Amino acid sequence: MLRGSIFSMPIYGTALLSACLLIGLTLGRSIGAMIGINSDVGGVGIAMILLILGCDWLHRTGRMKPPTESGITFWGQIYVPIVVAMAASQNVLGALAGGVMAIVAGIAVVGVSFVLVGVLTRMGRSDEES
Amino acid sequence: MREAIETVLAKNGLLVAFVVVGVTMLVSYWAADRLTRGRLHGSAIAILIGLALACLGGWMTGGKQGIADLPLLSGMGLMGGAMLRDLAIVATAFGVRMEEFTKSGVIGCVSLLVGLLASFAVGGVVAWAFGYRDAISITTIGAGAATYIVGPVTGTAIGASSEVVALSVAAGLVKAILVMIVTPFVAKPIGLDNPRAAMIFGGLMGTNSGVMAGLAATDPKLVPYGAMTATFYTGLGCLLGPSVFFVIVRAIA
Repeated sequence: MLRGSIFSMPIYGTALLSACLLIGLTLGRSIGAMIGINSDVGGVGIAMILLILGCDWLHRTGRMKPPTESGITFWGQIYVPIVVAMAASQNVLGALAGGVMAIVAGIAVVGVSFVLVGVLTRMGRSDEES
Repeated sequence: MREAIETVLAKNGLLVAFVVVGVTMLVSYWAADRLTRGRLHGSAIAILIGLALACLGGWMTGGKQGIADLPLLSGMGLMGGAMLRDLAIVATAFGVRMEEFTKSGVIGCVSLLVGLLASFAVGGVVAWAFGYRDAISITTIGAGAATYIVGPVTGTAIGASSEVVALSVAAGLVKAILVMIVTPFVAKPIGLDNPRAAMIFGGLMGTNSGVMAGLAATDPKLVPYGAMTATFYTGLGCLLGPSVFFVIVRAIA
């Protein structure tokens, strides 16, 4: 019982999550530097893969306990509120003040991209069927 | 008393943000349930309120960080900033199986390239239609149509004027905000209701904030898939913008 509680605490989950993000962002920056740009390339994606692999390993070896899980799932559940805070911190007026051209460019690119989502979604599907 | 309140609020910005966002969520989900009978998702309303607050903040302070420029609400910037945002996104991948990503890996990569190419092309054409004829301006505005980070990075690399760089940032911002607002409404007709479509969506749109908020307002279960491809978009755009796309535009213009 004591052993069990030592190895299951929410902070372990949050620590694993944070470590995955730190490693992912570092690798993303390194990839960016390697191809000569000062920007992150896929850091969050790499972090997600690390988290999936890490949790999978913990599950398979029986080390993942509900308290540990809760240290990860809490952050996933608070995702929408964080996005709301992000939306409230956007430079919305700056976008509108960019003038007609910026607005036209934004509308055009979003319209075309949405059409392409529909096209690509269907295209791949028929490939899989054939 | 008043002074005490102001001091406490100013010193505990993140907690103020939690309260403000919590109340916003409560109001939004209540409105979605009662006023729209669930037709509009609560998170979509919450994000719209967030954008309206950002407008208000920008109007009151003239700053660039929306409502977070008000000293008492500076915690909104921390709560919605890159660190906690990325942490929460990665956490949404918990419980997702690796096969879900690899299964759609190829179409995800295709969507990234198609998305970047289409954004550059559309942005470039609009720039041309508004009278820009030099390759540097056309490429920079096209890059801005990818994301508001690709725009200035590309513009700076190829030596665009600050006015054109500002335009490219504005175009990218318009795109991000439109994606946030429009996605839940068009999700059904374009078939955005499964992990595979979400990965395609993330790759084509690319704008991190737009993709994440748009999917959150559509179906939070799709968030990790869209984020997975979108996270490569800005980096790839910064790579291709000043190189491949600039060379192509210079050859045409």
